[in-house]
Amino acid sequence: MKAHYGYKNGSGDFFIVIDTDRCNGCDDCVQACPQNVLELIENEFDIEGDKMAAVKDNHRKKLKYSCGPCKPIAHTKKIPCVQACKKEAITHSW
Amino acid sequence: MSQDTQFWKWPEYRHTEPEKDWTTASIITAGIDIGSVGSKVAIMLDGELYAYSVIRTGGVSEATSVKATEWALKETGLQKEKIHYVVGTGYGRVNVPFADRTITEIACHARGAHYVYGPAVRTVLDVGGQDCKAIRCDEKGKVLSFLMNDKCAAGTGRGLEVFADLIGIPIQNLGEVSLQVEKDPPPVSNTCVVFAKAESLALLRQGWSKEKVAAAYHAAMADRIADLLARVGIEKEFVITGGVSKNDGIVERLTRILKIQPLAPNMDPILAGAIGAALFAKALQEKRLGLR
Repeated sequence: MKAHYGYKNGSGDFFIVIDTDRCNGCDDCVQACPQNVLELIENEFDIEGDKMAAVKDNHRKKLKYSCGPCKPIAHTKKIPCVQACKKEAITHSW
Repeated sequence: MSQDTQFWKWPEYRHTEPEKDWTTASIITAGIDIGSVGSKVAIMLDGELYAYSVIRTGGVSEATSVKATEWALKETGLQKEKIHYVVGTGYGRVNVPFADRTITEIACHARGAHYVYGPAVRTVLDVGGQDCKAIRCDEKGKVLSFLMNDKCAAGTGRGLEVFADLIGIPIQNLGEVSLQVEKDPPPVSNTCVVFAKAESLALLRQGWSKEKVAAAYHAAMADRIADLLARVGIEKEFVITGGVSKNDGIVERLTRILKIQPLAPNMDPILAGAIGAALFAKALQEKRLGLR
């Protein structure tokens, strides 16, 4: 499942997409994020749920700003959370 | 101050299937969907809908969940203690005191839409009171992709409530009124309910008819919702659930923009979340009993 966390507003689309079929709940992205945006949660989309990475509730409505500090390097190399994920489960929409 | 009609207040309702009997059922489950605006309770007997209630969510979700459940069970003789498994879902799911478990409304909506509309459903658009969810699911009702926009109330039921209040037309009739124009005027702002309301007010002051302003407002909402849907993509069959699915003005404009006809429901689409929760409850009860 592709979980889209974030929002769309007048200034653009700000979503972090986590592919839960790829995510193995390893915690690497959570450790890598300098802004502490990510967390591991119980997969509550399925009754046989495992752990999955997700965007913290208090960051979901301000992702543009939460992820802002990592963005200036986004065009030259992968940002920390994307780089940390061996399964390539994380993508950013902007 | 003689005028005190509250145009945003939609009527609450309940229903029991008269031919079904809970005393012969082996698994009784309940799904309680506490939304931001409406609270829905579905009682199911062995996976078949038996009774339901839809009420407005008050300030206290705990009290609302109890009230809605008791109202759904009214005249059935069934007490809430006799329900085998209760799943809470929706915005206020953590505030259902007697729930055995909570499940996110996204999974419940996909599962519920699957029950209400059949297994051909692939895209579910749930337009609720305070948020809007676009969900892609597979033939088993399992979520493949979802997107929820709860940052802003533009393009949701709350926006319609505000508008109903502004132009003084009961919310149930808004959609119909908005379709009484020959051609849609340019839409108002779709990024904010407050701006949209201010713009609508300005248009009324300019002498636009209520119907024309309603059309502009509905067109803006439909634009906003369609925009959101574009991100997860749309695949047949497409359905709309949640309170706003009852507004023909929105549904018709969405059909026009997306060029895809949503399936017609064979039961109240506002219940999809609660039905999904009750179906999960059945699966969980079977698991508890060791049946699966």
